[in-house]
Amino acid sequence: MSLIEVEDLWVRFPTRTGVFDAVRGVSFSLGRERLGIVGESGSGKSMTGRAILRLIRPPGKVEATHIAVEGDDILKMSERQMRDVRGQRISMIMQDPKFSLNPVMTVGDQIIEAYTQAHGSRANAREKTLEMLDAVAIRDAERVMRAYPHEMSGGMGQRIMIAMMMIPNPSVLIADEPTSALDVSVQTQVLRIMDRLVSERGMGLIFISHDLNLVSAFCDRVLIMYAGRVVETCRADRLHEAEHPYTRGLLNSLPRLDAPRRRLEVLKRDPAWSDPGSVRGSS
Amino acid sequence: MSQFDVTGTRARSGWHDWLMTETPRSRRQARIGSFYQGWLTLRRNPMAMFGLSILVFLVLLAIFAPLLAPKDPYAQDLGARLLPLGSEGYPLGSDSLGRDILSRLIYGARITLYIVALVALIAPIVGLFVGTVAGYAGGWVDTILMRITDIFLAFPRLVLALAFVAALGAGIENAIIAISLTAWPPYARIARAETLTIRKADYIAAVRLQGAGPLRIITKHIWPLCISSLIVRVTLDMAGIILAAAGLGFLGLGAQPPSPEWGAMISEGRRFILDHWWVATMPGLAIFIVSLAFNLLGDGMRDVLDPKDAGK
Amino acid sequence: MNAIGVENLNVWFGKGRDRNQAVSDVSFAVRTGESFGLVGESGSGKSTILRAITGLVPSWSGRMEIAGIALGKARSRQFYKTVQMVFQDPYASLHPRHSVDQVLGEALKLHGFRDVDQRIERLLKDVGLGPAFRFRYPHQLSGGQRQRVAIARALAPEPDILLLDEPTSALDVSVQAEILNLLTDLRAENGLTYVMVSHDLAVIGHMCERLAVMQAGRIVEEMTVEDMRALRSTEPYTKQLLESSLGYTRET
Repeated sequence: MSLIEVEDLWVRFPTRTGVFDAVRGVSFSLGRERLGIVGESGSGKSMTGRAILRLIRPPGKVEATHIAVEGDDILKMSERQMRDVRGQRISMIMQDPKFSLNPVMTVGDQIIEAYTQAHGSRANAREKTLEMLDAVAIRDAERVMRAYPHEMSGGMGQRIMIAMMMIPNPSVLIADEPTSALDVSVQTQVLRIMDRLVSERGMGLIFISHDLNLVSAFCDRVLIMYAGRVVETCRADRLHEAEHPYTRGLLNSLPRLDAPRRRLEVLKRDPAWSDPGSVRGSS
Repeated sequence: MSQFDVTGTRARSGWHDWLMTETPRSRRQARIGSFYQGWLTLRRNPMAMFGLSILVFLVLLAIFAPLLAPKDPYAQDLGARLLPLGSEGYPLGSDSLGRDILSRLIYGARITLYIVALVALIAPIVGLFVGTVAGYAGGWVDTILMRITDIFLAFPRLVLALAFVAALGAGIENAIIAISLTAWPPYARIARAETLTIRKADYIAAVRLQGAGPLRIITKHIWPLCISSLIVRVTLDMAGIILAAAGLGFLGLGAQPPSPEWGAMISEGRRFILDHWWVATMPGLAIFIVSLAFNLLGDGMRDVLDPKDAGK
Repeated sequence: MNAIGVENLNVWFGKGRDRNQAVSDVSFAVRTGESFGLVGESGSGKSTILRAITGLVPSWSGRMEIAGIALGKARSRQFYKTVQMVFQDPYASLHPRHSVDQVLGEALKLHGFRDVDQRIERLLKDVGLGPAFRFRYPHQLSGGQRQRVAIARALAPEPDILLLDEPTSALDVSVQAEILNLLTDLRAENGLTYVMVSHDLAVIGHMCERLAVMQAGRIVEEMTVEDMRALRSTEPYTKQLLESSLGYTRET
């Protein structure tokens, strides 16, 4: 059974012009794999991730035939049941940890709280927290637990977020540009940690990013989104052989260290790209 | 995202398109167009429109007072003293000297607007000037200007105004000056706080790299961004200003009798409040309605003018 | 002839105990017509160097020269006619209440140009925006269009040297390509000297001929782009940076 199955997902925002569709009929499924969703700003990739957790703020609306999490349709759930899904079964990591951590609580207290919420008891919470911090390669865990979020660097903050999100042992992790705010060297480290945790625990991962090379290297499968639709789906390691002109255009517009060019190719947008129905992103 | 739709009727659509165009052809068109878009946003807020219509009504009332007022606001008729509501020829009753309360309220609108307009001009401009200079210059200029502001802020507004009026003499002009002098410090605070964030912005750095001096930066780059939040704040404070003016009038230090200033009218009616409640209540209601209208409008203006949303 | 010479530059923020050394003992030179890159991670001091050159950071010591003339504490208008800067975030570098016309018109007037109208149209054309954009406000422009306006503003005084502070890091890759191409063309047409700051080695590799790698306020290594492409580096830090820039490799 797939961990997540999304069928004909639409995310709509009413505006003064009429209804703006941020996501337009996206269908895909996620198994125990890493699924990359790539696209430029405004392509609807983040909205897709948020819609799965029903995190779209009103007046935005989520519509779909179904969004099934391990077989349960979350569109039929109450807000209360939804809260159990968020965090317990699906965790989400956002771009900037500064906005996801509580600034007036120590890091340790926050992780312990997350643990208590997940397991219903405080027993072993401390040991588990230390264990988790160790798993995200935080060496002096004792000191970090006493620290406040603002004392952490970006990379450290993001690793703490990952630790927190992993504590309830979710079956799916949604990571929305988890490393875009980080320096390259830290990026590698954070990715490596995520990589290891996801494979060890057999989780499903939805990795949302604008970085084609990164997704191609990090994921198993990729959905390419444009104007709210999935225009192409392919194996991540074959991304460089992608056929859709949009994907090709994006790839060619990147400057490359190993292949210098005098001019970069400029993407010529074809209105037809936003017309046809979404490609099904099921494996 | 383009935020435009077709509002209004066919006949207006030519104008509408001209105003809403994404590609204005002149400076004037661009400026008017951006005003029009603010107006469209404001228009979607029913409470703000309600407040605005009351204020428009008030302005019309003040302009056409001689035509609208059924009687002379100063004409005394001792035979018709303290008539209740709905009396023949006195729809809102009459006061202790037999003057028509409705006519006095209508003429009083002029005084209220006069006070409001003058205070709204003086206080925010002083505040804007002090605040932006302090915020942009920093250092000792900032320290001196802001400590002066603190001193003014440390006194209760009405008490300070009372002291000024006592020193300058009672009268409506002095009341306005006194209220303005007590009203500017909060604006200076706001303007300074905004300036502190704005001065660090890249667009200020960019214009400094064009060789612009501090004067140009303050007046052309910082003021336009502070003014909108000040307008919002002034609109919201207007209720307080009207009340302060009424308070001074009530204490006999503002407008002097027989002037139909609303606060002074309440003051006169105070003596009869138990037996002839309407004499004090009617001007009180007028103050209440106008204050409310300013608050509602201010709330709506915040949505339109808040510079934090302007870039989105 | 060197367009820019920097020797033993130190830049700091704050005083006394709060003093924070952002740039330590940095020296480099940029030849006229050259495109020079400054690479490093956030906090390495690369942007601070640009800000010190332009006079936006007052607390510095050392020697800075533009076209052989040493810079003092204050910058003259003539300096701003020679050196201009493009900022990182086009959403923050345009005044939210000023139309494109106002932005460019003000820059031109400040530099004493008379034929403002023609020049605005020329500038817009040069950066690939039509006259239709002239009276728009920033919120009516996309990120790429905004950055084009910012570039037009920097070009207004007809400078010789353009300092580019991560000009594409806030943009989508397809837009980044357009802006980088535009910058390449402008340099070729006007014979500009570029100093470009970026954390993206591929962008620097595409735009520059030489670069300096910075770490914690110091220049670790200076190298040519050819050396960088061939991964010929002596410094372990540069090597590590290059490796992580080549992309993520999965553990098996």
